[in-house]
Amino acid sequence: MAMLSIVYFAWVREAIGRDEEQVERLDPGRTVADLVAMLAARGGGYAEALGDTARLRAAVDQRFVPMDSLIGEAKEVALFPPVTGG
Amino acid sequence: MKRVAIQAEDFDVGGELAALEALGGGGVASFTGVVRGGNGLVALELEQYPAMTQAQVGRIVDEAMGRWPLLGVSVIHRFGRLEPGARIVFVGTASRHRTAALESCAFLIDWMKSDAPFWKKEHFAGGATQWVAARDEDAVKAQGWDS
Repeated sequence: MAMLSIVYFAWVREAIGRDEEQVERLDPGRTVADLVAMLAARGGGYAEALGDTARLRAAVDQRFVPMDSLIGEAKEVALFPPVTGG
Repeated sequence: MKRVAIQAEDFDVGGELAALEALGGGGVASFTGVVRGGNGLVALELEQYPAMTQAQVGRIVDEAMGRWPLLGVSVIHRFGRLEPGARIVFVGTASRHRTAALESCAFLIDWMKSDAPFWKKEHFAGGATQWVAARDEDAVKAQGWDS
C-alpha cells in the first residue's frame, strides 16, 4: 500500500503532538481540504489544530498550494499556519 | 552570484556586503532583520520546513533576478533560538543601477515574510510562549509586487 507522509509545523504540530505521520494514500480525486477534514475528524488535538481551514496553509511535495488542490500522486503534504519569517 | 543560506549560525554582514561590492556593479543594497526586544521577550524561536526552505527561498531569489538586472543576490535566514538583538535575516542585492538594487531588496524581504516557510514563536520572561500571528499587511505588501 502506497503511503502519504503528512508533516506539521508550528502550533499545528504542537496541538497534534507529532511532527510527522504516514497515512494510506487517498483516492487521487481527493484534495488537501479533504485530507484535513479526515484528520480533524479524529478529534482531540487534530480537531483543535485542523478544525478551521481558514487558519491553515498547505504545501504538497514542498510547494505551497491552495486547500482545494488535488493531492494526486504526491508523497508529502505539509499543514501549518500562515508563515511568519523574515 | 546567487547565494541562499539557511542556517542556525550568525553571519557577518560586512563580509556579505564586501562579496556583493566585489561584483563591480557599483550599487549594493541590503536589509538586515534583527530580533526586536521589549514586552519581556527573552527569545524568538524560528521553526522552518527543512525539506522546502532552501528551494523555496531559491525560487524567490530567481523571481527577483528575473525582474531586475542584478549581478548578485545574497539571502541568509537563521533558524533556532535567537535572543533580542540577534540577526535573523539578511538580504543583499548588487546591480549597476541603484533603483534595481533597492527595489529588488525590498521585494525580497517582503516575499521572505510572506512566502518562505518559517514560523516565529515568542518566549517571554516567566515562561509564557506565543506563536507570532501572520500580519495581513505583510501579505498585502508581497502581493503589491504582483502587478
